[in-house]
Amino acid sequence: MNLDWAWIQRNLAMIGNLLVDHIILSVLPVLIALVISLPLGFLVFKTKRVANVILAFLGVIYSIPSLALFVMMPLILGTKILNPVNIVVALAIYSIALLVRSVVDGLRSVPASVKQSATAVGYGWLRRLFRVELPLAMPVIYAGLRVVTVSSIALVSVAVLIGSGALGKLFDLGFGSFFYTPIIVGLVLMLALALVADALILLIQRGTLPWFRKRRTA
Amino acid sequence: MNIFSYLTDPANWEGPAGIWNLLLQQLAYTAASVAIAAVIAIPLGIFIGHTGRGSFLVIGVSNAARAIPTLGLLVLVVLLLGTGVGPIIGVLAVLALPPILTATAAGIHGADPEAVHAGRALGLSERQVVSKVEWPLALPLVISGLRSSTLQVVATATVAAYSSGEGLGRLLITGNATRDYPQMFAGAFMVAVLAVVLDILLGGVGWLASRHASPGRRTSRSRGASPRGETIDQPA
Repeated sequence: MNLDWAWIQRNLAMIGNLLVDHIILSVLPVLIALVISLPLGFLVFKTKRVANVILAFLGVIYSIPSLALFVMMPLILGTKILNPVNIVVALAIYSIALLVRSVVDGLRSVPASVKQSATAVGYGWLRRLFRVELPLAMPVIYAGLRVVTVSSIALVSVAVLIGSGALGKLFDLGFGSFFYTPIIVGLVLMLALALVADALILLIQRGTLPWFRKRRTA
Repeated sequence: MNIFSYLTDPANWEGPAGIWNLLLQQLAYTAASVAIAAVIAIPLGIFIGHTGRGSFLVIGVSNAARAIPTLGLLVLVVLLLGTGVGPIIGVLAVLALPPILTATAAGIHGADPEAVHAGRALGLSERQVVSKVEWPLALPLVISGLRSSTLQVVATATVAAYSSGEGLGRLLITGNATRDYPQMFAGAFMVAVLAVVLDILLGGVGWLASRHASPGRRTSRSRGASPRGETIDQPA
């Protein structure tokens, strides 16, 4: 199982293009999901008891296999099956399903005594939310964000079965011609991408939440 | 175009490539892989959870597992070992391992220390502490681990049709090749229904187990603040 370096050199431009596609298809849904999940998670948190019902429903969505969701997207969006929008929207739905739970779990983890103290020293609800509750909820939200990002990077490749899939195309290429090199290149690049993305989020977390630095290592 | 046309035609449900048979194949692949994974992961998880040895391994494995592109791993193993049933079930079992291992280790490790100390005080042997105290308390988490890995495997078994031609994924692949969207939709719909049914079913079993583990307590301590907090599921 030797790598065919000549093939890699010849196809460097193609591999680069697939890598860029892969980054866009996996990062865009996470960003969309983050923007939607923060306010949505707060609203779900505010519903108190109903929140558990909503979270259970999101859990069910989360259990639908990605390939099935990709294929069902045209029905919901009215798009063509090959349209990359299907993948972005499907992955955004998964990410929202998990991130809303993270936001709710994070907000629930803030001790009541801390919230009461903030009110007692004169914080209004909005300022309390942004200055006290959200900062304390962030470690849980960051943990969800890392899971969602790393999973999205791995899931994009599944879409090759319906004719898209960015770096996943390298798997198809290798499988069709019994040629290992593209498969290994695809695997290595996707794992590296996941690792870099994970490390990047961890760095942002350390930078934005310096007061957690000593205690949290997860 | 009626996208339900493939699903509603009774002729598509019968025969070796019919929906019923593909559904059974999908279930067989899933059951075999999860069973193999459970036989390996549960004893290992009990050992790690009880002794505390190798817990870094558990965290490392479960984090890395999320990043593995399942299709890539599958294609690579099939090219190396051949397109038989064995290699595919092997890959599926490997993917099913981490959730069960993490959940079992976390459940045993997180068993209420007071209950464990009480067991020792009553003169239970170390083996009995594990089997009579820690294991029943860990069971709800073990089942949640089995649930995550079952969902992971059901999804990946769909992808496995790419090389095996068996299971519900076959409808997706044949449908895509012949530009037959109703057939693709039939595959997607059946896979989604199967996953949701399994999720709810195993969720129910887990709920029963947690009631059994701590009767009279609605949120048991053995489950922790959030049962999913210990082993965050991953989409598959």
